[in-house]
Amino acid sequence: MNLKRIFAVMLRQFYLMRGSFSRVVPLFAWVAVDMVLWGFLTRYLNVSASSGINFVFILLGAVLFWDFFIRVMQGVTMAFFEDVWSRNFLNMFASPITIAEYIIGLVVSSIGMTLIGLTAMILIAALCFGLSLMVYGMMIFPFLLILFLFGIAIGIFGCAIVLRLGPASEWFIWPIPAFLSPFVGVLYPISTLPQSMQHVSHLLPPSHVFEGMRAIVTGGTVSWPLLAWSGCLAIAYILLASWCFTRTYQHAVRTGLMARYSVESLS
Amino acid sequence: MSEKVLCVTNLSKQYGDMTAVDAISFEVHAREIVGLLGPNGAGKTTTINMILSILEPSSGSIHVEGMDIAKQRSAALACTNFAAVYAPLPGNLTVYQNLKVFSLLYGVQDQGHGLEVLIDRFDLKPFRNIKCGLLSSGEQTRVGLAKAMLNQPHLLLLDEPTASLDPAVARDIRLKIREFVTQTSAGVLWTSHNMYEVEAICDRVLFLSHGKILLEGDPKILPREYGKKTLEELFITVAREPLSLENT
Repeated sequence: MNLKRIFAVMLRQFYLMRGSFSRVVPLFAWVAVDMVLWGFLTRYLNVSASSGINFVFILLGAVLFWDFFIRVMQGVTMAFFEDVWSRNFLNMFASPITIAEYIIGLVVSSIGMTLIGLTAMILIAALCFGLSLMVYGMMIFPFLLILFLFGIAIGIFGCAIVLRLGPASEWFIWPIPAFLSPFVGVLYPISTLPQSMQHVSHLLPPSHVFEGMRAIVTGGTVSWPLLAWSGCLAIAYILLASWCFTRTYQHAVRTGLMARYSVESLS
Repeated sequence: MSEKVLCVTNLSKQYGDMTAVDAISFEVHAREIVGLLGPNGAGKTTTINMILSILEPSSGSIHVEGMDIAKQRSAALACTNFAAVYAPLPGNLTVYQNLKVFSLLYGVQDQGHGLEVLIDRFDLKPFRNIKCGLLSSGEQTRVGLAKAMLNQPHLLLLDEPTASLDPAVARDIRLKIREFVTQTSAGVLWTSHNMYEVEAICDRVLFLSHGKILLEGDPKILPREYGKKTLEELFITVAREPLSLENT
């Protein structure tokens, strides 16, 4: 593993961010909109519903966590798309960089971009709507870690899809979080779902994070075995996604797709 | 004969029933510039892509500095580099940023002074902080060549490196590449459709046709050996009547 080559992928992303207003603004603009929208909704629910539940902690906190996951995932895919958009595969993969170094470079780039979004979300949620992440106690760390790992896994898997199907298939990647959200119970307990959907939920690490988060807010206890299971699942998904990316790369090298990637090809 | 920097043995690439490269074997030695010539679709770029390991051969082997590219990809590519008109550097980074990123990718030690020397050598100082996408095609070619020499490669692959340059700049670039070869003992594999250029710079040429090496030799002598006046005439014969040469 060569740290210089990993740093090169990260530095490229830093140069792009530093020199581009239109790349920096979306890092916090959409999450800020989400925080404001859900912040007012939860404030309204707190006033109008007489359930005694603090919706800021349940709903706004959940949306913050979910946006964090989306940021991580998009951090990986965006760094990859920069190579797609600038037709840089030939230069990148004809260099000594290995697939593992490239993937780690994407992940490190994602961390930087995610931190910007997370900071914006925490500030808006805390200053405007009184959401303190301290309410989740030390559990905030395993929660964020699991969402981070799963975001990385989905990000790498998204890169594999685009590598396999061509540049236009990036439109399959953006809706992935929206497709997953009903299953992971961002806004409602998993028990609300039909049994068949619950089976899927148990295989998705964020489900256990959101269940744990709701348990803390409503005075219940977090299931450590389930949380450990979701952590193991997230790691397994990263390994699986990395395997998928590597296989897709090997396929692209074998079939010549890599050499003419900019040409749309689904063959 | 000096040491081999590139050794290609029985290299083939097939796409289904179509054979793009058909069991070719050749070598490039240190301080040698070898021209890889042939009509469009002859298999030149396919061969270069396989040497760069962005295309997997169907069979055969490639050794760079004695390292098998299939087994020691990173190490072999660390002493290789390339420039091609169809692989421009990212247009959204400046000349300096691109060279800095690729110097890290290629493990270049001297990233401060070394980069500035290279920028100076290719007359890129006025464009140092300009995004590559804003440069003319000739300027982009020069940036691509600067990137290709970042790691002082032992094997340099150049796919039509002067295609978008005016004659004066093209001559200057040829001189720079020749100087680079003399100073560093690199070997160069060079494709071009400019036969004047090939005759001026290449020590040896390989003519590819339908994925096979049809002819090989000194570009100054080869035309006469096949009853042609010029290298261009020989090229046209290879492109239109390859069978007439196979039977020679």
